[in-house]
Order: sequence, then C-alpha cells, then structure tokens
Amino acid sequence: MHNVVEQERHSYLDAPYGVAAWLLTKDHKRIAILYLISVTIFFAVGGMFAAGIRLELLTPKGDLWSSDMYNKLFTLHGVVMIFFFLIPSIPATLGNFLMPIMIGAKDLAFPRINLLSWYIYVLGALITLAAVFNGGIDTGWTFYTPFSSIASTSNVTTAAVGVFVTGFSSILTGLNFIVTVHRMRAPGMTWFRMPLFVWAHYATSLVMILGTPVIAITVLLVAAERFLHLGIFDPRVGGDPVLFQHLFWFYSHPAVYIMILPGMGVISELVSAVSRKQVFGYGFVAFSSLAIAVLGFLVWGHHLFVSSQSIYAGLVFSIITMLVAVPSAVKTFNWAATMYKGSVTWESPTFYVVGFMGLFAIGGLTGLFLATMGLDIHLTDTYFVIAHFHYIMVGGAIMAFMGGLHFWWPKMTGRMYSEAGGKASAILIFVGFNLTFFPQFVLGYMGMPRRYHAYPDEFQVLNVLSTSGAAVLGLGYLLPAIYLTYSLFRGAKAPANPWGAKGLEWTIPSPPPTFNFDEDPVVTEPAYDYKPAREVKVG
Amino acid sequence: MANAHESTMHGGHAAGPAAGHASEHNPNLQHHFYSMEQQLEASTLGMWVFLVTEVMFFGGMFAAYLVYRTMYPEAWVAGSHHLQVTLGALNTGVLICSSLTMALAVRAAQTGSRRGQIVNLVLTILLGSTFLVVKFFEYKAKFDHHLVPGPHFDPTLPRQEQLFFSLYFMLTGVHAAHMVVGIGLMLVILAMAWRGKFDASYYTPVEISGLYWHFVDIVWIFLFPLLYLLGFHSGGGA
Repeated sequence: MHNVVEQERHSYLDAPYGVAAWLLTKDHKRIAILYLISVTIFFAVGGMFAAGIRLELLTPKGDLWSSDMYNKLFTLHGVVMIFFFLIPSIPATLGNFLMPIMIGAKDLAFPRINLLSWYIYVLGALITLAAVFNGGIDTGWTFYTPFSSIASTSNVTTAAVGVFVTGFSSILTGLNFIVTVHRMRAPGMTWFRMPLFVWAHYATSLVMILGTPVIAITVLLVAAERFLHLGIFDPRVGGDPVLFQHLFWFYSHPAVYIMILPGMGVISELVSAVSRKQVFGYGFVAFSSLAIAVLGFLVWGHHLFVSSQSIYAGLVFSIITMLVAVPSAVKTFNWAATMYKGSVTWESPTFYVVGFMGLFAIGGLTGLFLATMGLDIHLTDTYFVIAHFHYIMVGGAIMAFMGGLHFWWPKMTGRMYSEAGGKASAILIFVGFNLTFFPQFVLGYMGMPRRYHAYPDEFQVLNVLSTSGAAVLGLGYLLPAIYLTYSLFRGAKAPANPWGAKGLEWTIPSPPPTFNFDEDPVVTEPAYDYKPAREVKVG
Repeated sequence: MANAHESTMHGGHAAGPAAGHASEHNPNLQHHFYSMEQQLEASTLGMWVFLVTEVMFFGGMFAAYLVYRTMYPEAWVAGSHHLQVTLGALNTGVLICSSLTMALAVRAAQTGSRRGQIVNLVLTILLGSTFLVVKFFEYKAKFDHHLVPGPHFDPTLPRQEQLFFSLYFMLTGVHAAHMVVGIGLMLVILAMAWRGKFDASYYTPVEISGLYWHFVDIVWIFLFPLLYLLGFHSGGGA
C-alpha cells in the first residue's frame, strides 16, 4: 500500500512549477484543476446570492431588500449557478480530469482548445461580473422578452454577452469530448467496455454541441435588439416574444440534462465501486444516457404550457416529457439493483450516492406532476417548481459532484481527506437540503409564487423552516472546503487505488503522471470487472 | 499492445523506432496521438462537429425566419423587392469560385505543391474580400434608403418589414463575420504554406480550414434564395 514515494516522482502536480506553467498548461488534469478552482469560486458567489434571497424570505414583509434588489439577487443567483457553476461543474472538472484516463488516452484530442475553453469561461465570467458590479440585472436568468429586450433598464446586454461568450467554452468542451471518445480510445477499449461515466459525458457533449449554439444566437438576438434596435422579438413591429421562449428553452431545457447527465455518470461509477459489483444492466444504463439526451430536445414546450402555446402542442410535449421518466427510472432502478446483494461499504462516497438516489427520485417524480398539463397550470411559477428543479440540480447534480469529488479526490490530489468529515458533510447536506426545499413543495402547492420578496403571513412558518435549512446546507458545503483544503497539506498520502475500485484511472499512481500512463494501456476486460465479493480484499 | 504498434507504423513516415513515443516520427505529430493518421482523423472530426454547432447557431435564426415568413408573407415579399438581386447573384458566383480555389488549395497541399497552395490561397482570400466589398455597398444602400430597422426605418413601409430587415441584417451580418474569420484563417494558412509547412504527410490545417470555408459558402447558398429570390419570385416582379 505504501509504495507512494516512488509514485510521486513524476506527478502532473510537480513539474513544471510556477503560475505561468499552470496558466499555459495543455495538460487536461491541470486544466481540470483550474476549472475546479473557478467553479468553486462561482459556487460560493451564487451561494451568497441565495443566502440573500433566503434571508429576505424569513419575514413576510419585504424588509431586507428593495423589490428591485431582490429581483437582481434571484437573477444573479440563477445566472451564476447555472452558467458558471452547474454547467461546467462535473464535465469541465471531473470529466476533464478523468475521461481521457478512463479510455486510456494521454490527453483530450485538442489540448489547446481545452485550455482555450477555460479562458473563454473566465472571459465570459468577467463580462458577467462587470454587469453585476455595474448595477446587476433584473430579468431572471431566463431573460424573457419583451421585458429583457425593450423594458428592463439593467445591464441585460452585458450579461447576455457574458452568457454568449461562456457558451462557447461549453461548446468547445463538448466538441473535445466527442472527438476524444471517437478517436482517442486505447487499443481494446471498445465502446461497450467504456465506463458509464464516459457514456454519460458523451451524451452530455451531444447536448452541449447541439443546444448551446441556439442559446448563443438567442441571447445575441436579444443583445442586438437592445443595442442595434433590431426588432426580432419586438411586438411593436409584429415580433413574437413567445418565439424567444421557444428558442430559449430549446437550449435551456436540454441544459438541465447537461447538468444532471454527468452526475448520473458519476453515480454509476460510485455505485459500482462502493458495492464492489458490476453495474446492473450496463447496456441499459449506457443507452439511457443517450435516450435522455435525445428526448431532452423534444420537451422544451412544457415550459410554455401557459404561454399561448396550442393545447395540442402542449399535449405532445406533456407526453414526451413523461417519457423522459423512463430512461431516468431505468438508471435509478439499475443503481438500486447494483447495490442489492453487493458488498456495500459505508465510506464518504457511499453517503453521497445514497443521498443522491433519494433526492433524485423525489426530484424526478415531482417532475411528472409538472409534466401533467392540468396540474401544471396550478403549479406554474410557484415554489413547487423551484423545489422540483433544486431537487434535480442541487439534490442531484451537486450531490453527485460532491460524491465524485470525494471519490476521486485521492486520485486528483494524491491525498486522503478526513472520512469523518466526508460523512458528516454528506449528512449535513442531505438534512439541510431537505429542510430547505421540502417546505417549498408545500408552499408552492399552497400557491406561493416565485420571484416575490414579500408573501402573506400564513406562509411564514414554512419559509422560516426553509431558511434555517439553507443555513445547515451552507454549513454542509463549507465543511468540505475546510477538510479538503486541509488534506492538501496534512492529508495522508493516497495509494493508487484507495477504494479497491476498477477502472484505468485506478491502475496509475495518485496523483497521475503528466502523460497519464507510463506504458500505453491495452484493455482486455469489460468495465467494472469485479471478482465475486468473497474474493475481494478491501483496503 | 499489438494494435497500438500497428497504428504507429501505419502513420509514421519518417524512419524511426517502431516502439516508444510516437513523436519521433514526424515533427508535426503531437505527443498524445499515436499516429499522423489518428491526428488527421481527430482534427477533421473536430471540425465537422464544430460545423454541426454552426448549423445549430444559424438554425436559430432560420427558425425565426420560418416563423415570421409564415406570419407575414406580404412583408417578406416587399422586403425581397428592396434587395439587389444582381449584387446577391454576383456574390453567389464569387463565393462558388472561392470554394473551387479552396478545394484546389487543399489538393495542392496534398500533392506538396507550394506554388499551387500559395496561388489558390491568395485567390481564395481575394474572392472572399470581393464578397465583403460587394456586401458593404449593399449595406450602404440599405442605410441610404432607410431600410435599417429602428427609429429611422422608412415609415411608409409596412412595420412587419422591419422584421424582415432585422433578420436580413442578423443573418447576413453573422455570415459576413464568419467570412472575416475565414479570411483571417486563410492568411494564417497562407503564411504556413509560404514557409512550406504542408506536404502529403501533413496538411491537416489546410484541410480543416477548407471545411470551414466551404461551410460558410454553403450558408450563403441558403441565404441567397431565402432572402433575395423566394419573395422576389412570388411577388411577380417589382
């Protein structure tokens, strides 16, 4: 176990030294670390906006912020969390770091484009921050016209340009992943030997390259309308503001799958590793990722049930939306079946896996409520919707991100973190999350609308519950920042395979050498080829 | 292991040891590829994937075009009549010729003809620039005739015609921006060809820039009939 001294010799972290070497690196592992640092910063920023929202909602009266300020807070919370945290979170960090290693490649197909994507991300982030410091934006993250194009006096153009620019970082990441999966697999790494993490990222990349350009042109049209007085969505010259909603959700609904599919890939890896068992129904889990990516493009109309869309179109969108539940359920049942009779060990990643499955199930099932047109008319723009998508994005995507981070942290940094800390934070996040968002289901069902800074007195108890849950949740996210950072300096050295897991990334030293593999790998076995449980020696 | 070595042998042209790090074979082979062939395939696929994103990018505007054309057919007919079909046709011819010279430049790179590369790349750049100059005069005419959407739009025209011209300027403007990028790209390729960087074993940059150039041409092949011809024809002439 402790042959680490030799392994350390030539890790990607060691050489070359210096800030310039990091900022000009073409190594996918270093770029992943750059991304990890940036998305963590934006997670903190977006979290602070969320804290502002929850503090205001402690009391029924709008007493902490002006309504204008509140509009800006929820807009910025949405914009920052979606475009600058959730979308790049797993693909650009864990995906960037692990995907080439998992398929036995020395790097992504286009290392320079990979670095470029990080710089584009930073540039887009800076432009958006400029909009924030210049007075903020108040349109909501959805930029709905005609308010965003002709009415709002806030910095919509700047923020739109920021989102436009950032989109290209996502496009380039997706492009890089697709070419890498097609062209960079090691000898013997057939499509059906690829880890499900890679399948999930392939599906995500398809959504990224097909959806992101549409949001790019859409926000560009809004910016052109504001800046050049073109009238694409302007009702005064016959333009149709609902066309904006169609174009916007054509990307922004699939974007939900950009956020959750990589998380599903992470969970597939983790569930198999902590159960010491092959993923149940590998092929089904692999193809369900593609099915989600494809179906995801055909459901955007469920955001327009009350926006003058024809009832027949709504009917079709409603049915297809429910169909998305099928591949999602395939995954969930297969994960559960993987754990069934597996040799499950209760380590930090296990806690996140189990937490993810519970929260994702609730998030997914409440999605069916919203897909039902009649019920959706009652629930549209209420806290029920807020609770639903936070269960998917925070309970699903971030839980998976945290789980993956804990699972691969020893590989990425070469250090072990405090197991007690890992478990405590997983429990805090699970409890805090449910306390924050479950009351919002009830609030929404009772009719509390989203995006208001004041509410009737009878909603106060549930809102206080929600805000106190947010405090616990914040603590749950703060804790890993402390013990993970601590582990970098004081953590025990990590062995090559601390979990006894399968996969090419566990066959190389922790942290990996610059070119990943000392010898070109040749793959001879399927993914997750765990021996029967009683033969396994753990840890 | 056998597979890896086979592919190493496959693409390597310079003499060198069969095993070990493949960068010993060709100075243009990047460290993370096994062979020149793999590198070319990856780059070409990358450009094709990028072009798919471009299709979706223009697709958003084409969708808007479709919706509004269906909603306001008369405004579209009127709008088409305010465009100069002859200039549009001229530009179409210019771009088709530039696609030919581009294809010849790729061919010259494959056969290692430095002169052929330089002549054809210069022609491509000149034709691309011609397109932009013609486009400039078309735009100028629109400004002169108050056909630019916004407060100065000719008030005697139907207001929905502003939608036509909004889309006209966005579609052709974004296309022209792509032309500018393409010309910049060709200047870089020209400089590389000047230094004799390309031959039969390495011509990836010429090939994939060519793909981009052809794509931008094809976008125009769609724009020309959609904007200039369809309404012009159905309107029965000016």
